[in-house]
Amino acid sequence: MKIGSLAKRYRVAAVAAAAFAVLVLTFPAVGAKAGRSLVGQLKTMLLVLPPIFVLLGLLDVWVPKKTLMKYMGPKSGLTGPLIAFVLGSVAAGPLYGAFPVSAVLMKKGASFTNILIFIGAWSTTKIPMFLFEMHALGARFAVARLLVDIPGIILIAFALKAIIPAREVARLYAAAESGETSTE
Amino acid sequence: MDTIILYGIAGVLLVVSAAKDREKTKRAVLKGAKAFESILPQLVTVLLAVAAVLAVFSPEMVSGFIGERSGLLGVLAASVVGGIVLIPGFVAFPAAAELLKNGAGTMQIAAFVSSLMMVGVVTLPMEVKYFGRRAAFTRNALAFAFCFLAAAFVAWAVSL
Repeated sequence: MKIGSLAKRYRVAAVAAAAFAVLVLTFPAVGAKAGRSLVGQLKTMLLVLPPIFVLLGLLDVWVPKKTLMKYMGPKSGLTGPLIAFVLGSVAAGPLYGAFPVSAVLMKKGASFTNILIFIGAWSTTKIPMFLFEMHALGARFAVARLLVDIPGIILIAFALKAIIPAREVARLYAAAESGETSTE
Repeated sequence: MDTIILYGIAGVLLVVSAAKDREKTKRAVLKGAKAFESILPQLVTVLLAVAAVLAVFSPEMVSGFIGERSGLLGVLAASVVGGIVLIPGFVAFPAAAELLKNGAGTMQIAAFVSSLMMVGVVTLPMEVKYFGRRAAFTRNALAFAFCFLAAAFVAWAVSL
């Protein structure tokens, strides 16, 4: 990431910021609400993301590729999906926190299916969320959703694996490896 | 609450790592920071979009769409709204409970909650960055379709 590419990388963000400013200035009522919402989102982001990225860095540095491949690689059997489920379920934070973690997992040789299961688990079966859902919407609602979501996550993972061509998957792994997202 | 646990885990591991190998720890933190910076442009864009969308879709508007009698159309509306907005669960669940009390249907709420968690239209730019266009779009489409199934199942289970 050289300085020259910096402007290019932030170009879309700058346009979005400009559009946002126009919205705030043109529709003060909606704008004020949007501003408050933005501050709230930024708070969540700045609160939740730092530990996730510290953990991601530690995972990258300390866990050897061989070890991760053994437990989450294509030949990991049932252990892989199980670990993917547990990793995703104990995670905290919005789904966008899961994407950079996936890149490190790709780099370390986790299989594509297991990464997809990890994404699915992070999105839906988080334990703290489940407890909260039970409290807010009732045990029946929460348990029923969990029961249908677990097979759903596995189903979606396998369907994606079948739909996405191996060439495309290889390209994604190469991108993760080349440090487009992580370093090395 | 889960944020505190997250910080606890990250803190403890960081200390253990530093005690074992200072150099490696430094590298780990640096890598984390770099990974964060690499996602930052997409993240900023997404947060701006989310704030704008949330300001336009008010809870009253949403509850009008997804009442008990709104039927399949309501389920569809709930899934679409859930897929677009990005609200943390700790805000969404009480809001969903409130909507239920105010006459929203179980199936519609289940569809909303499911798509809120599994489908992320505004986070698509970030997902595309890591998973490519094809996988990201397909995943969201499949998750969206799955929400209907999940909603039907939850509504059935609750009605038992």
